[in-house]
Amino acid sequence: MKEGKAWSPYLGGALTGVLGVMSVLLTDKFLGASTSFARSAGMIEQIFLPKHVAALDYFAKYTPKIDWQWMFLAGILFGSFFSAISSHSFRIQNPPDMWVSRFGPSKEKRAIFAFVGGCIALFGARLAGGCPSGHGLSGLMQLSVSGFIALACFFIGGMPVARLLYRGGR
Amino acid sequence: MDLFYGLFTGIIFGFLLQRGRVLRYDKQLGALRLQDMTIIKFMLSAVMVGMVGIYLFHDLGMISKMDIKTASIGGNAIGGLIFGVGWALLGYCPGTQIGAIGEGRWDAIWGVLGMLAGGVVYAEAYPFLKKTVLTWGDFGKITLPQALGVNHWFVIPLFVVGGLLFFSYLERKGL
Repeated sequence: MKEGKAWSPYLGGALTGVLGVMSVLLTDKFLGASTSFARSAGMIEQIFLPKHVAALDYFAKYTPKIDWQWMFLAGILFGSFFSAISSHSFRIQNPPDMWVSRFGPSKEKRAIFAFVGGCIALFGARLAGGCPSGHGLSGLMQLSVSGFIALACFFIGGMPVARLLYRGGR
Repeated sequence: MDLFYGLFTGIIFGFLLQRGRVLRYDKQLGALRLQDMTIIKFMLSAVMVGMVGIYLFHDLGMISKMDIKTASIGGNAIGGLIFGVGWALLGYCPGTQIGAIGEGRWDAIWGVLGMLAGGVVYAEAYPFLKKTVLTWGDFGKITLPQALGVNHWFVIPLFVVGGLLFFSYLERKGL
């Protein structure tokens, strides 16, 4: 079946803004995502090295546990799935189109880049204190200086790498 | 109860991200390559609506708790640059990769695994970073209006008008 029409990003974004405000108004929670990956890393590492995890400062500060934000991420998975199914835009795809046009259809090559990229991105996000949700959305909504610096640097760091990866390509 | 609210808020967020088509690798790289500004439009629209709402309800006394993160050149800028490099390689950010899996983009699973590994590595490096990078250029939990010494209702309209002008520029350029 033909893929359903996308919503305007202006509409989707504006409604996301409303969601962000409602979340703070009703439950005191600001949107964010990257802390949960650190907590989850701790939860998994705890299974193998419980003493080591208990001794780490970082996991004392961010206890490895399932909290509001972790469930928020789980919700994103379901929400996206529901939206994709109901708009006929669910499609099993790996690697993505743009990637294939430049690097070919190898799943292994894509897996290596995605894994290494994910590792670097999360390290950076934790050092920065947030990701495009926590700094970009929640930070800018509150006009926090940290949000402006971080968001600018996300792009300043990302643009040359994207350019390098796709140099000469379309 | 917190957990339920988290799930519920996430479901709506995931729905909006998917409908706005901002989850995809092609859209994220499109923005970094300055070819497709869909995610910029989405993000900036959310921020413009959000800042009006947050400060309006804050001034009405209905939002008491703000969550301003520490502004630090070492943390925000160096961490931000590192994040950017990883983001360009992965093509998803932490939240959107979860949504990408939800719409069938299996390569994002490798991103999730990479991020878990990144979390382990960061926890090891944290004691060192806390004494070094994170102490560089620390300005505390400060907002832009505070830094400029002006009322926030001076900054917000400027930001919103600037955003709208930027949108009209993007539409004229067909980005």
